[in-house]
Amino acid sequence: MENIQNILYAAMWFAILGGAMGILLAVAAKVFYVKSDERVEEISELLPGANCGGCGYAGCAALAEAIANGEAKTSACVAGDEELAAKIAAIMGVAAEKPVRMRAQVMCSGTSEFAKKKYQYEGATDCYAASKLGGGDKLCPNGCIGLGTCVQACVFDAINVVNGVAVVDYEKCQACGKCVTACPKHIIKLIPYDSTHWVGCMSVDKGAVTRKYCDVGCISCRLCEKSCKHGAVHVNDFVASIDYEKCVECGECVEKCPRKIIWSDKSQRVSITINPEHIGEI
Amino acid sequence: MDYVVEILLLMLGAVLVENYIFAKFLGICPFLGVSEKPDTALGMGFAVVFVMTLSSAATWAVYYLILVPFGLEYLETIAFILIIASLVQLIEMFLRKFVPALYGALGIYLPLITTNCAVLGSALLNIQNGYNFIESLAYGFSSAVGFTLAIVIFAGVRVRISFAEPPKSFRGTPIALIAAGLIAMAFSGFSGMSF
Repeated sequence: MENIQNILYAAMWFAILGGAMGILLAVAAKVFYVKSDERVEEISELLPGANCGGCGYAGCAALAEAIANGEAKTSACVAGDEELAAKIAAIMGVAAEKPVRMRAQVMCSGTSEFAKKKYQYEGATDCYAASKLGGGDKLCPNGCIGLGTCVQACVFDAINVVNGVAVVDYEKCQACGKCVTACPKHIIKLIPYDSTHWVGCMSVDKGAVTRKYCDVGCISCRLCEKSCKHGAVHVNDFVASIDYEKCVECGECVEKCPRKIIWSDKSQRVSITINPEHIGEI
Repeated sequence: MDYVVEILLLMLGAVLVENYIFAKFLGICPFLGVSEKPDTALGMGFAVVFVMTLSSAATWAVYYLILVPFGLEYLETIAFILIIASLVQLIEMFLRKFVPALYGALGIYLPLITTNCAVLGSALLNIQNGYNFIESLAYGFSSAVGFTLAIVIFAGVRVRISFAEPPKSFRGTPIALIAAGLIAMAFSGFSGMSF
């Protein structure tokens, strides 16, 4: 009989304790109530949820809050398509904006066959670590180190290192820009998704110097600049670059480039890296 | 004066000699789960310091003011779980309303440590060791500092490991556990210290 009394006694006290805690929390929930915007919830459900940070906010939840507060554009999600921007715009009650889809592009063509090395690197598998050792194992100071720091940084699994140069899979790339900031050589750029031409070199050395360390480096001969009828290609700091505002994708510069480093990608959207001109040589 | 020294020694002992992770093996789950980056490890550590100090005070009060007078000491574990869970909820609501900056920093870690064994462990050890209120607070706070120290050191080690490329079968958790074992061995050196 005493046992049962003990059990009931304990149960009673715990019922009181638990009830007291429950009431306390219920009261606290009212007292400390923070008004939250239900649009935040709706928008974060729409966002991809990869927390890539490409929009410049800490994650998808932070972006949802910023959009709801009117701080960010409805098309701010770089990983989302037009449809997503339109849905978010509908929640916010504003006109939809058309996002410009971008993609990352590694501006280096110096695969292991073409770029010469100054030493054999056998350290940590990290481009930062390698770049501390005399700027990496390639002679070119602006060449891809190829140890895959961008591969690690990519949350969409869109980058691979092929033949010592990082390659972006366009279909998977959401242009979040993580690889752009991760690259110690700063040779990854975001370019418009639809543009099919780019200069695969960022070497800012004079032609004669570039020739010494890479077979496919820009020698700033300016043939591309002269050939372009639309004024879209310019050679500054001994390296050519394309102005995507003006480029009409005519492919004239691709034909003229003696180093074959202006890439045309009309035919092979996903698997790039190898310039058709070079295939015979490899 | 002697009492202050005693408290300080208790705290030093809790941080180094009786380190929760390396000597008592409490709180291993966040230790392995949130130690991939030093930033998040530090955030987790601060959240544990915050909760453990407050829960030490709350559970001490509940034990000596409610459980002991009614002869319910044998139910301390379940009572403490109840208290800690409600306390963490309360703290979360309070921070969200009045200190949004701190809520932003600790927010995601607070619910995680509601059921952390380190937090419950410190509450139970306070009672087992017969600490008074001040000692309980000091012990709770400093063992959480010890936890933070351990997790931040380990996060630093893991960052280095991620660049080192161990053999394939060791990648990820296996090499992390080996590293944790080595740090625990280093920490066992402190056990020779006696105060």
